[in-house]
Amino acid sequence: MKQKISFVLNDSPVAVETDPGRRAVDVLREDLGLTGTKEGCGEGECGACSVLVDNVVKLSCLMTAGQLEGKRVVTIEGIAGDGELHPVQRSFVELGAVQCGFCTPGMVVTAVGFLEVNPAPTRDEIRVAMSGNVCRCTGYQKIIDAVEDAAEKMRAGSSRG
Amino acid sequence: MKEDKGNFLDGPRLDAVSKVRGRERYAADEYSEEFLWAGAKRALVPHARLFAVHASRAGAHPGIVRVLTFRDIDGPNRLGIVRNHQPVLVDKVIRHVGDPVALVVARSREALLGALDLVTFDYEPLPGVFDPEEALKEGAPRVHEDNEEGNLMRAVRVRRGDPDGAFRGCDVVAEGVFETSRQEHAYLETEAGWARVDENGVLVVVVSTQTPYRDRKEMAHALGLGTDRVRVIAPYLGGAFGGKDGITVQCLLGLAALHTDGVPVKMWWDRRESFLAGVKRLPARMYYRLGAKTDGTFQALSCRLYFDAGPYAGLTGEIMAMGVEHAGSAYRIPNVNIEGYCVYTNNALGGPFRGFGVPQSTAGMEQVVNMVAGKLGMDPLEVRRVNALKTGDRNCVGVELRHSTGFSECVDRLVEHRFWKDREAWKASAPSWKKRGCGVGCMAHGMGYPALIPDEANARVELTENGTIRVYSGVSDMGQGNAGTYLRIAGEILNQDPATMEIIQPDTDHDLPSGTSSASRTTYTFGNAVIEAAGGLKGIILRAGVRSLGVGGVDSVELVPGAVRVKGSARQMALRDVAALIDAGGRSCTGYFRTPHDESTLNIMYLGTHVLYSYGAHLARIEVDTLTGRIDVVDYVAVTDAGRVLNRSVYDQQVQGSIAQGIGWALMEDYIVKGGRHETGDMATYIVPTSVDVPDMTSVAVEPDEATGPFGMKGIGEVVISGCLPAIANAFHDACGARITRAPFTPERVLSALAGEGEKSETEDILCS
Repeated sequence: MKQKISFVLNDSPVAVETDPGRRAVDVLREDLGLTGTKEGCGEGECGACSVLVDNVVKLSCLMTAGQLEGKRVVTIEGIAGDGELHPVQRSFVELGAVQCGFCTPGMVVTAVGFLEVNPAPTRDEIRVAMSGNVCRCTGYQKIIDAVEDAAEKMRAGSSRG
Repeated sequence: MKEDKGNFLDGPRLDAVSKVRGRERYAADEYSEEFLWAGAKRALVPHARLFAVHASRAGAHPGIVRVLTFRDIDGPNRLGIVRNHQPVLVDKVIRHVGDPVALVVARSREALLGALDLVTFDYEPLPGVFDPEEALKEGAPRVHEDNEEGNLMRAVRVRRGDPDGAFRGCDVVAEGVFETSRQEHAYLETEAGWARVDENGVLVVVVSTQTPYRDRKEMAHALGLGTDRVRVIAPYLGGAFGGKDGITVQCLLGLAALHTDGVPVKMWWDRRESFLAGVKRLPARMYYRLGAKTDGTFQALSCRLYFDAGPYAGLTGEIMAMGVEHAGSAYRIPNVNIEGYCVYTNNALGGPFRGFGVPQSTAGMEQVVNMVAGKLGMDPLEVRRVNALKTGDRNCVGVELRHSTGFSECVDRLVEHRFWKDREAWKASAPSWKKRGCGVGCMAHGMGYPALIPDEANARVELTENGTIRVYSGVSDMGQGNAGTYLRIAGEILNQDPATMEIIQPDTDHDLPSGTSSASRTTYTFGNAVIEAAGGLKGIILRAGVRSLGVGGVDSVELVPGAVRVKGSARQMALRDVAALIDAGGRSCTGYFRTPHDESTLNIMYLGTHVLYSYGAHLARIEVDTLTGRIDVVDYVAVTDAGRVLNRSVYDQQVQGSIAQGIGWALMEDYIVKGGRHETGDMATYIVPTSVDVPDMTSVAVEPDEATGPFGMKGIGEVVISGCLPAIANAFHDACGARITRAPFTPERVLSALAGEGEKSETEDILCS
């Protein structure tokens, strides 16, 4: 039974007519064309489908479309929009944290959400924060490097501002 | 003019920006206004005779377009690379639980899942065979009735010198039986593709594949189409590691698209189907015996390697052969008897996985090397140094090493490392309830294909009418970054900023057959072809520049970013203007390269051998929790000879990623199949390392110049993974004085070993089976 579901997606209001029981990841990818959000396991084990819902990192493969109603949703496409890369994205590029790239959107979204809560993390805190996101290519070292680097740069940027 | 010559080989990956924005479009990301979903009905029985498939109930389900069975296939319905015997859809015999018996095409994924449940089939269960050594015994159930050698898929034997006599002359002999697990690739992008029949009647398949050109042949054969009626396009892959080295969704998807009147079809296996139907690293059981003199020199090696192929040949026989070629790791051993057996079972599909058989035999060899060192009372690195292969030596199967051989230097660098020098003090300062150990593991890895299979690449580099440079790739980028590296190589030759250049991903319509994205060959082989193509284009551009700038010869002009310039002057011509002077057909150049090979090695073994190898020496520092049995890898050092490093960041990506997969294989990854049924169904039960399981790693590059390599490099994609398991196994022995012969080294096995049960009982199990 289709219903109208309204939410704010990457700063723009959207409304979709769909079965509210469908998975949020499918609505984002198939109906809204935002294929940057990936599906890696479909059961909340890999983190590839991470999105921000009201500023909190959520797994869109474990959410229904109906749960998006009235929320503010940010996907990887909304992290920087068409503008300059977000500092997390820039550090991922510069420090070699991207290989096949299929985990990357989820990694970036998770790191952005984490640094909002903990802007000055230790390396161990970063490791723990990223441990719900599986990467099969990198061995994580450069991802941790990138999050650490982005945190520093964001702190430097905000202290200047 | 020096200031105009950038180092275009170095710098961040060129594909990273689109990936980090979520804009890169993978095969899994194809959608359109109207499209259909295809899905396979899997057998879920390990061995059975199929009598009938009942499709009518599923066909009547709402939203179902077609239900297809083997009867809908016009071609021979057989896949294979060396042996064509794997059905696209089962027609007679089910040989593993993942075999597909029907294909459903639906208007939505929901309808597809509903209809798959409604497909039923009649079958008679057959007795199965689930252990490679059992499978070789008289009277074992046969996986392929028509295979003349029973369940033996292939045997490879290499005998050199007089191993029996040499063993009698040894001062010490060590032996052991080692088992390694079935490893699942667990790439983040499960198998995915998109297909349609275009207006010219050509089946166009966009697919996550390492092997577009080979796929086209296999698909055309199995489905009964002319090769010119199949086109395969390979966008960036979301990981592969060997698991997409061959057919996954391609034939099913193609078959579906042949029945949808031009409407595109999507197939995207979910994680459970990926695990059920995808290939795995072949589990191995290896009987090793190594003898040495008191001075540490190895005299004789004898080993038998049993590889579980699963039900179809695929590339399993070649994987086992690679294990045989590397069975003696990186040492001089004059007398050997190496036997490899690749055996059919009704277990999961075996197939390529980073290392291609080498991690298995290296795991056995590098442990027995430590056992010999222990019996001799020698330092484990010293015994490796004494036997280390050097240029001019012959390796264990008798290949004379004429290319760069930096293995000794790898070992020397590890000897000097402070983690090795300070190991006793570090071990002595273990916290309560923990034991610490340091272990080493070394390895060699052949580049490219063995002698019989031409390892060739064809590249094309083009000056577009806009004056930009475009590189046509023939080899998929599964995540290792070769596409961007090709741009950097062309940029270096043409002195153009690679960030302004364009890569065209593999498409069989471009007719640049270049083999597979595998075998540590993607940059080595194709990179050499790019150098030739870019060099040719450089000549064309310079000659055109000479004509229009009205100067002497090509020696008086040079390429600078965006232009051709008269040397020593400010006079230049933009590449866009140069392009306008050359007809379209003359603005591109091709390059060809074939990897060095030695046909005389065909006398050594099946397919012959490689002639060019990368090497490495590893050190793992581990902590064993004696209460929980958990092993933590605390530090890891990988010293590697993969020739010169083109781009340090991309190089270290391969090193670090390999170590993480190697640690996973050593400590936790075990895809469990019992009685042919998969007990490991998803990522909740198949555990791969996360960011808290892998330490910060140290990568040391020994960089001998490999004369045949592009800018002196050799392949780095696979060599590293082989060192991890034995380094950790040897570290465990160093910490606890026990050896766990069956990997992975799970907490249960660790606790058994600490209780004095591990080695003995497991060895007896193995010997009894």
